[in-house]
Amino acid sequence: MLVIALVVGFPILFSVRESLFASSSGVDPTTGVLQSGEHFAGLSNFTDIFSNPTLVVGVWGSMDRLVNAFINTTFFTVVCVVAETIIGVAMAVIMSKAFRGRGLVRAAILVPWAIPTIVSAKMWALIFDANGVANKLLGQNILWLADNSYSQWAVIVADVWKTAPFIGLLTLAGLQTIPDEVYEAARVDGASGWQQFTRITLPLVQPALVVAVLFRTLDTMRMFDLPFGMIGPGKYSVETLSMFAYFENNALRYGPAAAYSIVLFLYIVLVAFLFVKLLGADVVGDPEAKAMAEARKRRKVAARQAKAEGRPVPKPVRSTITSGDSPS
Amino acid sequence: MTTQTHVHTSAEEVHALAHRKRSGKDIAVLVGGIIGMAVIVIYCLAPFYWMIVSSLRLPTMGRSTDFIPNPVSFANYAGVFDPSNNFGRAIINSIIVSTVVTVLTLLFGILAAYALARLRFRFKGAVLAIIIACSMFPGITLLIPLFKLFTGSYPWFPLNWMNTYQALIIPSLSFGLPLCVWNLTAFFRQLPVELEQAAMVDGCTPGQAFVRVILPLAAPGIFTTAIITFIAVWNEFLIALTFATRSDMYTATVAISKFTGQYGFDTPWGSIMAAGVLLTVPLIILVLVFQRRIVAGLTAGGVK
Repeated sequence: MLVIALVVGFPILFSVRESLFASSSGVDPTTGVLQSGEHFAGLSNFTDIFSNPTLVVGVWGSMDRLVNAFINTTFFTVVCVVAETIIGVAMAVIMSKAFRGRGLVRAAILVPWAIPTIVSAKMWALIFDANGVANKLLGQNILWLADNSYSQWAVIVADVWKTAPFIGLLTLAGLQTIPDEVYEAARVDGASGWQQFTRITLPLVQPALVVAVLFRTLDTMRMFDLPFGMIGPGKYSVETLSMFAYFENNALRYGPAAAYSIVLFLYIVLVAFLFVKLLGADVVGDPEAKAMAEARKRRKVAARQAKAEGRPVPKPVRSTITSGDSPS
Repeated sequence: MTTQTHVHTSAEEVHALAHRKRSGKDIAVLVGGIIGMAVIVIYCLAPFYWMIVSSLRLPTMGRSTDFIPNPVSFANYAGVFDPSNNFGRAIINSIIVSTVVTVLTLLFGILAAYALARLRFRFKGAVLAIIIACSMFPGITLLIPLFKLFTGSYPWFPLNWMNTYQALIIPSLSFGLPLCVWNLTAFFRQLPVELEQAAMVDGCTPGQAFVRVILPLAAPGIFTTAIITFIAVWNEFLIALTFATRSDMYTATVAISKFTGQYGFDTPWGSIMAAGVLLTVPLIILVLVFQRRIVAGLTAGGVK
């Protein structure tokens, strides 16, 4: 076991170290790295956001470019994730009811997932072209790609198309773990189809769904290639935080660019934290880690009780191997 | 089954039992299900169909909205490989980067995931949380300092790594590795620990038990993870866009976004769509061949 620990522990530490370094070096420029040609900027990159706004006109009126990007990111995230979740769950329910052809549908569902985002961006750009097929089908002459609120919806449609099937797939996996007996019992008790869905399906599929939605939310928040490839650079109505930071970086303004990317990073951390706290998203999903945390808590409580009653503190039992399930 | 246990049941009765009368509601559910599935399939495939159709038009008819190309032409596919686009080179770059990243992540990922699945140590929950958090970092937060680093802006790193393969590969590890470790941990956890114990009873060292017993058994999982990682790296755009500024270092996804085509200033939609089809079809074939495993991998890992 010791050999494994040595051979295997090292790569873990290595990978963790590597990832930590990559992320913490992201903080460096903002906290001010003293080096040639640059001076310690302190928080001025951040305060510039408020004291020194660069006004742009997006869909939300004239405002600072960062605030505009921030609102765009939030708007895209909320609308896309809600739409994806609804469509995805609907897909999963349909697929779970199906007797035949599930393989075909599953194959079809994997197609949007496998298409590179930038390819789908170009594809939707052609569909939403002013003379394109979307306008033809709708009988309209909408300038979808012309930096207006329609272009936001074009991006949203493209994103939902690509990712809703994916939520469907994950939800389906959750649905298939629900035993039929539960539904039978509900039918015997006289529950209607809708009641079965809201009272049984949703609560039981919730853990899988919450994790899927969390990942999708965080993924949408850092959206870059879709608006970039579809609408193009410098279009403020669809500019997200990722895009803004990228352009700043390309203009060699590292300080502000890093500051904006940190804003995005903190925003993502905050949302992830809220998800985990409010919705109880069990992201790690490792029964053992959970069991260990509980065991630690129990030991603490036991130790406190023991102290209060003047008994000797019980020694914890240690083990290093696990069978995969959680004995504690 | 019924015919064997119930001797007295006549053939007709068996037949009647086997074919329970379908009520109207059952039929409605069935029809609804078929319609729903058809809607899903159309939803997923219609835009893709449009891409294929558009790629098969004449290059001069890029924006045509006919639902069937008339006449069918492969001129766009020839246009994709026009020397000015450097697309062949871009595909080779993509293959190199994706393959190297996949191999590297598997090398590190297998060992790390095995430890995470089998060993019990303090802060394991924290390590898992850090790994999953890494895969959710916004790419741009990592890229800005790396961009600065690779352009040689730091005095302690005097190399200029822009437009090199290592500049494309190393940042890709940052999202490939967590993805890989996460997926593989789920796979290793499914294998019972008794396998190693049995191997060790038979005289294997832990290392041997891992190599001879666990690795072969986990091969399907490792293979699935490899495909998922490969696709993720293949589809990557932001890193490649940032670190490849010369057209001979573009990966395929970047090349496609910079297409100019040979027909003047009008966007060469036909060629772009043809390139998109060329980029996507290998992935779709991979996905279709291994769809069961990929679905299992995606749901087991819970990684998007």
